[in-house]
Amino acid sequence: MATDHELQVQRKREVETKEESTMPARLFQPQTDIFETSEALTLVLEMPGVDKGSVEVKVENDLLNIHGRVDFSKYDGLQPLYTEYNVGHYARSFRLSSKIEQEGISAELKDGVMTLVLPKAEKAKPRKIKVN
Amino acid sequence: MMSSYHDPFDALFALQRALDARLASDWMGAGTTAGGSYPPVNIFQQGDDFVVVVELPGVAKSDLSIEAKENAIRIAGKKEVTYQEDASIHRRERIRGVFDRTIAIPIQIDPDRIRAEYRDGVLALFIPRAELEKPRTIKIT
Repeated sequence: MATDHELQVQRKREVETKEESTMPARLFQPQTDIFETSEALTLVLEMPGVDKGSVEVKVENDLLNIHGRVDFSKYDGLQPLYTEYNVGHYARSFRLSSKIEQEGISAELKDGVMTLVLPKAEKAKPRKIKVN
Repeated sequence: MMSSYHDPFDALFALQRALDARLASDWMGAGTTAGGSYPPVNIFQQGDDFVVVVELPGVAKSDLSIEAKENAIRIAGKKEVTYQEDASIHRRERIRGVFDRTIAIPIQIDPDRIRAEYRDGVLALFIPRAELEKPRTIKIT
């Protein structure tokens, strides 16, 4: 079974943007899977520590922006002794083709993983082409 | 040093700096459980006790098992990533598989009073120091 691989640590990737941030803190890129069916495009993003209320999904000029905030007030009063990873907010954006029905986008968050379903516009669904 | 993260503008930055400063600190010693295995852990001190924080996005609570001994904690489980059957995959960055990691804690802990919390893909283990490890005041007679 493919699930029996031993997991390896994936380094968190920092967000590199053209714009500079006005906040001193670092942002990370969620690990993302994207797959497509005939009905929709699905994005699955890993954002551990982000709860439902702290995620923002926006579509502007065909750009899908995802921003997840972690509640770092939970770390208040904790002194780090030994660390292997850093924490930060998450951000990532994707350029959408016009084939997406933007109003129909839905999002679900479970165990730190967000699933975004972007339904395809009617005209973008696959058609069988008949050969004459 | 006592860290405080109250200033909303500087708080996250301060936390990140503190985490960086402790990166690969030798607190766990040159043990057999060196860093680098999955899942990565952060260990904090809270008063006398310890807090181990582990990011496990996409791992269901039922797929997670935690065992504790006097000076070691074992975190094991599996992470599944599934796709719809007829889907064509554009991008695959998430990893799936099994993990089993033992973290040796260089002090005596009280395994019966460990509390585990798992929320939004983050596991937090609250580990109390063993009673016999706590400092005692010695009266001079």
